[in-house]
Amino acid sequence: MDIHEYQAKKLLARYGVPTPAGAVAFTPEEAEQVAGGLGGGSFAVKAQILAGDRGPAGGVKLVSTPADVRETAATMLGTRLETSQTGGGGDSVRRVYVEQAFKRARELYVAMVVDRASARVTLIYSTDGGTDIEAEAARHPDSVKRLSIDPSKGLTSTDARAVAEELGLKDAAADAAETLLTGIYEAFTDLDASLIELNPVAVSKDGALAALDAKMSFDDNALFRHKEISDLRDAEDPGRLERARHGFNYIKLKGNVGCLVNGAGLAMATMDVIKSCGGEPANFLDVPPVASREQIAEAFKLVLSDSDVAAVLVNVIGGGITRCDAVADGLAAAWRVIGRKVPLVVRFEGTNRDLGKKALRDTGVEFIAADTLVDAANKVVRAASGSR
Amino acid sequence: MSILVNADTKVICQGITGEQGTFHCEQSIAYGTRLLAGVTPGKGGTKHLYLPVYDRVADAAEATGADAAVIYVPPAHAAEAIIESINADIPLIVCITEGIPVLDMVRVKHLLESSGSRLVGPNSPGIITPGECKIGIMPGLIHRPGKVGIVSRSGTLTYEAVAQTTAAGLGQSTVVGIGGDPVVGMSFIDCLELFMADPQTECVLLIGEIGGREEEAAAEYVRAEKPRKPVVGFVAGASAPPGRRMGHAGAIISGGSGAAAEKLEAFRGAGIRIPESPAMIGEAIAAALRSR
Repeated sequence: MDIHEYQAKKLLARYGVPTPAGAVAFTPEEAEQVAGGLGGGSFAVKAQILAGDRGPAGGVKLVSTPADVRETAATMLGTRLETSQTGGGGDSVRRVYVEQAFKRARELYVAMVVDRASARVTLIYSTDGGTDIEAEAARHPDSVKRLSIDPSKGLTSTDARAVAEELGLKDAAADAAETLLTGIYEAFTDLDASLIELNPVAVSKDGALAALDAKMSFDDNALFRHKEISDLRDAEDPGRLERARHGFNYIKLKGNVGCLVNGAGLAMATMDVIKSCGGEPANFLDVPPVASREQIAEAFKLVLSDSDVAAVLVNVIGGGITRCDAVADGLAAAWRVIGRKVPLVVRFEGTNRDLGKKALRDTGVEFIAADTLVDAANKVVRAASGSR
Repeated sequence: MSILVNADTKVICQGITGEQGTFHCEQSIAYGTRLLAGVTPGKGGTKHLYLPVYDRVADAAEATGADAAVIYVPPAHAAEAIIESINADIPLIVCITEGIPVLDMVRVKHLLESSGSRLVGPNSPGIITPGECKIGIMPGLIHRPGKVGIVSRSGTLTYEAVAQTTAAGLGQSTVVGIGGDPVVGMSFIDCLELFMADPQTECVLLIGEIGGREEEAAAEYVRAEKPRKPVVGFVAGASAPPGRRMGHAGAIISGGSGAAAEKLEAFRGAGIRIPESPAMIGEAIAAALRSR
């Protein structure tokens, strides 16, 4: 689960991470009020979406008066912001963050993730912060450093001082960095984060530090023990909205072959085979193993609700608690009530394969049976192109 | 021969009295697995599925001489269950549970490193040596004893590969689902090493997933070790649209996008054979075996 910059900054402040003074605003008027309250002669207005690379896309603006803040907020709010990280279409901007601009001499990169390879929480840091950090890491791997953290020791003060030194920080700046680095480790482990990214951490001439941006993501599997975090969930989070709407992992694609498959890996493989047989999948849909008969019926209706769909492939390999006959019951329930019928190709394998096929036949579902994945793909592609 | 489990493997189950544990243990017993006892705290001294239930793994291990423990404990308590088995020196721990917090697994992995236990999973269908021992949730009937060693990060796609190798008359030596989570126990490389040393295994199939760098690491291993047995690799998702992401750190730490195309390229560069489509996995393995 991702949270917005303003939420992350508030959480991290508790752990001693310094940020410029600021507040969130939902209307241009609110934004102006926030700026007036903050005081000073320079403000950053930042579109709050759950993705990065906002600067180059026009989602971060520096202005000098509260009136300018209002005007800038008005141009951002209600629009869609597309960045290199949002995917096509962008995300709609429903709030902006207004903060005092920070006079910086240098910009650092600091992030923390779980490194899958070492299975450890890992600090990533560089003296060159900014949105070019990925390209920089690819071009000069040595310029972006990593520190793998021993879970039995945590991020120690000694570690933090050494990192501060590598970042070229001395005296007050080194002290501030120690607080910041140990603070984000504490936040990461306390809150079951999956990402903390401060890019950039600005360093002023007199050695003050401030996280100018903060991204935080959390491990969905650990939300059960962090109610405070799950309450921060943005009801408009695009990824979540899709799942919530259908109860499935469903993604609409541009082809005409509807797909209903159990398991994400098999669903992707099925799409790949449809493509290699000359077809185009209309959707990705991964039926979860716990799906009830009603949910399977819903999934089938959902696939058919896409008017581009000219034929449907059901590819289910029973295993775990998924049984082909239970899937067949769900399909049959939907079949009785749907108005638009398109050719249906069914491939069952694994647990209760034969019972599943029999259940479909017994309930009068018209379907084309397939034995293997390639047989199924060929049949559904042919059916979708109208030459059955 | 096979790897990790065979007809002699003595198995205990943590979480045997739960709904999942009950259902899958019944299936394992029906398959012929030597499942000897269960563990559920608070239910020690009772019987379930005609098997003795113990409060603690250590007690069940002592009573049975268990070689392996399978875990069907809910996610909030699964890490503790794994740690209990590590502390009881169970040689092979198979964790089926999906949804364990990743920082719990960071802790588990750290303990594993200084232990003698191996962990398969979590978020895994389990491990099966066809005809001998089934530990996990995979459908037993699609498997046949044979010569292909399969190691996979995927769930149902593994079943697809199994069905194809069975249909091609090749069968499987052992099938290991290493699990789809960011932090898991055994890796592709751990399993490759075992398969290379196993006389029954004549060819190894790797099934990857998009995300992470485990496939690239396996490719690097194959390139450096030049194993004598052919390796076939597959990653689904060539036609998957790029997903949303948050920040840069993920791409920096993995050194790549995690896309299927990148992983397949790494396989190709290491001499790992790639089926033309996921429907051709069986054919690709048969061809690899013919051209030895």
